[in-house]
Amino acid sequence: MTGCKVTSRVRQVNENQCHMCMPLGGVIALRGVEHSVALVHGSQGCSTYMRLANVEHFNEPIDIASSSLNEKQAIFGGEANLRIALDNVIRVYRPKVIGILTSCLAETMGDDVERFVETYRTDREIGEIEIISVSTPSYGGTHTEGFWATTRAVIAHYARPAERHGGINVIVPNISPADIREIKRLLDLMGLEYTLLPDYSLTLDRPFGGRYQKIAPGGTPTAAIARMSGARATIQFGLTCPDTLSPGLFLEERFGVPLINLPLPIGLDGTDLFVGTLKDLSGQPVPDSLMLERGWLCDAMADTHKINAAARPVIYGEPELVYALAKLCLENGSVPAVIAGGTRNSGLAALLQPLLKDALEEPIVLEEADFVTIEDAAVRTSANLAVGHSGGKYLTERQGIPGLRVGYPIHDRVGGQRILSVGYAGTLALLDRFTNTLLEAKYSSYRRQRKEELLNEKGVSDAKA
Amino acid sequence: MENECFVPAEPTACIDERQFSIMTTGKNKSRIHCADDSLAGAVSQRACVYSGARVVLNPVTDAVHLVHGPIGCAAYTWDIRGSLSSGPEMFRQSFSTDLKERDVVFGGEKKLVACIDEVVEKYHPPAIFVYATCVVGLIGDDIVAVCKEASERHGIDVIPVESSGFISGNKIVGYRAAGEALLKLIRPEEGETVEKTRKLNFLGEYNLGGEKWLVERYLAEMGVEINVAFTGDSTVAALKKAPGACLNLVQCSGSMHWVAMSLEKEYGIPYIDVNFFGAENTAESLRKIARFYGDEEIVRRTEALIEREMERVRPVIAKYRAKLAGKRAAIYVGGAFKALAIIRQLQELGMEVMFTGTQTGKPEDYEQIGNIVSEGTVVIDDANPAEIEKFLLEKNVDMMAGGVKERFLAHKLGVGFVDHNHDRKDGLAGFDGAIRFASEVYATTCSPVWERVKKNPFEEAEG
Repeated sequence: MTGCKVTSRVRQVNENQCHMCMPLGGVIALRGVEHSVALVHGSQGCSTYMRLANVEHFNEPIDIASSSLNEKQAIFGGEANLRIALDNVIRVYRPKVIGILTSCLAETMGDDVERFVETYRTDREIGEIEIISVSTPSYGGTHTEGFWATTRAVIAHYARPAERHGGINVIVPNISPADIREIKRLLDLMGLEYTLLPDYSLTLDRPFGGRYQKIAPGGTPTAAIARMSGARATIQFGLTCPDTLSPGLFLEERFGVPLINLPLPIGLDGTDLFVGTLKDLSGQPVPDSLMLERGWLCDAMADTHKINAAARPVIYGEPELVYALAKLCLENGSVPAVIAGGTRNSGLAALLQPLLKDALEEPIVLEEADFVTIEDAAVRTSANLAVGHSGGKYLTERQGIPGLRVGYPIHDRVGGQRILSVGYAGTLALLDRFTNTLLEAKYSSYRRQRKEELLNEKGVSDAKA
Repeated sequence: MENECFVPAEPTACIDERQFSIMTTGKNKSRIHCADDSLAGAVSQRACVYSGARVVLNPVTDAVHLVHGPIGCAAYTWDIRGSLSSGPEMFRQSFSTDLKERDVVFGGEKKLVACIDEVVEKYHPPAIFVYATCVVGLIGDDIVAVCKEASERHGIDVIPVESSGFISGNKIVGYRAAGEALLKLIRPEEGETVEKTRKLNFLGEYNLGGEKWLVERYLAEMGVEINVAFTGDSTVAALKKAPGACLNLVQCSGSMHWVAMSLEKEYGIPYIDVNFFGAENTAESLRKIARFYGDEEIVRRTEALIEREMERVRPVIAKYRAKLAGKRAAIYVGGAFKALAIIRQLQELGMEVMFTGTQTGKPEDYEQIGNIVSEGTVVIDDANPAEIEKFLLEKNVDMMAGGVKERFLAHKLGVGFVDHNHDRKDGLAGFDGAIRFASEVYATTCSPVWERVKKNPFEEAEG
């Protein structure tokens, strides 16, 4: 048993995209930095599209500034526009941090943004305002890489040799604000002092307030980011994060902060791994209340294992989530039919190999996939559940495969910002949705299906021809 | 210059350079600044040239829409419109040449050729629209030459859409690029002619939520037939018959006026402006069409239809009007055509329009808007969220009509919201659309959630 077949897209054309563009991930990560504003150095359309994608997912007003480049700048360079943009952003938003994300256009023009920022800093009195620029051309990677690159750039901007302290760092991938809140709750329960980055749990999921705050309160304080270099360890949910973009690896290599790279705490194993790590780090026992939550999850797993074993899901999306979801399925006796990601270089296939060694069926693993490839694989393998973001809508609409929404972006359901899947409680919520989606499909079709299967058009069960 | 923008509680909401893009009717003598490039850093609600071209052409149902560029441009516009199709679904696939670093350095033409070949082999589409994006405009890929060569090699229409996103202008320039692509597509081959008919083309109709079908049903009752719509539920073959129409209706003026003028020049087809948003607008538009045909039977049937439908609509509007009269509304949409239509409908519902604006309005559009709103209404070109928030609060607005980006801003402020965007799923056109619009406006303006969510029951009473 080889474990899995890995296929990369061989075609040139990408038909129905499974991933978005690099600066989009950067915008989300920047939302996790206190008092920050994202500024996309590119044409007006880029920032408007990113606003749209994020507004639809988070159901929040989201401002992203643009340097509004046009053909004049394309020839003469975008410095003047970037300066005007910085002036206006500072005037209207009064941020403490401005993150500049480059678009394809700016990168292709060859704008030296670092230098522009240097010059701007020297001849404008902007006081305490920090400007962090990140190179995020869409042709260089997906929104997943953009998220990591930006998180790493934020840390690199603030990191100086700092005094050692007892706190830990927690670095999260692109997960929902609700997931971040749950991870923080677990950290608090285990009594750890920590800095979580990027923390957009409040900035991208605002309570109703009767007033729109241009810069939403929340986010990781920059003073805390600056202290990350002195932490006793970093927990990073980034098994699929390439080394060159890894924020945790940067802290380890530059400042000797040991990196503990964990899978997302989704599923019993995944959460045990996380809670176990916290137990070791804190030296504290796991509190009874958390053991109760674990017990409820175990109880649900026992009660639903046979239903879940009938699932042959197609799982797709960002590699970190896809890996965690595949683990969740496998520990519940469900062998995925298709496991797919839109990025390359995530090492997803190699990570999955050991998990799949005992599986009776062989999942198709796709990297750099588009949805036409995913759809084709799902149909060939008779997948019966589609798990992932809204991009997979045709799996349901055209192939009739029931869908379970999790991940990013979600624009055809409400509440993308509060989908909870981490921790024991989050896993239980996700697992119940998983099981109930299977049940709903079953109850709405099994009478008709058995009838069609076993009776002829006269309603008689006759000998098979 | 007189200007009423600068009395706000929060002085930072307005950027000095933007002051001439904001006017208060009755107070300003000079004309509003619009159709300028967006101001850097101002968080414009506008999109780009590519976006304009993409939304206009998207509903051509059996064409392949191939976006030549890095992945983002295609990913953001996949299945972006709520346009319905009576047949092919090809337009709902999102094709990208997915340019990578290597292609940007060495040029993307080869990859474009390979992608066109793949798509032709797999789907045999009657036409492929190839959209230029920022990057290909800059690296100088000759998409015109590639399309011409591919067209000849495959014997199908491969049409370049010159929509590099950074071309200054905004969506309007993209509409023009789309218009040029359409004219190219429908131009008959040398020596071929398209037979003239009594049918009409319906320009600027995108069949959102089946709106084209609804209007088609009215026209059928009148005895008038639609030749083809630009571009809702259209096919390549149907579009090629466009020169055979005897009349063009122009609905979305921003996207299609130029096309209508070109069709008049090239094929001698006259055009009239129509507007099917709102019952009164719908009735007027149907009468205009009937008048054009000048046939007594058509006129008689049209009047019968209008009378029957208005009788159905009137009591419904009156029911909502009783609840909505005096409520305060705001409108911020893409084009002036839509803004005008919504203003009129809201006025029919007895509401007051407190502020209005567009992303792409022209000076003459703003003049028209100025004429129909009451004195003191704020008019903004290319508004940003800070300005929208400011005026929603200052003008004590109850309900806003706009697109997705404004929706949650309104909700956060406790202001009702109606989507009037190209991704909506339900039709708002015609008599049925007028009823739906009124019911949506009522549902959001008078929603029971507002009074609840704005209250804090645990707050200690003062004094």
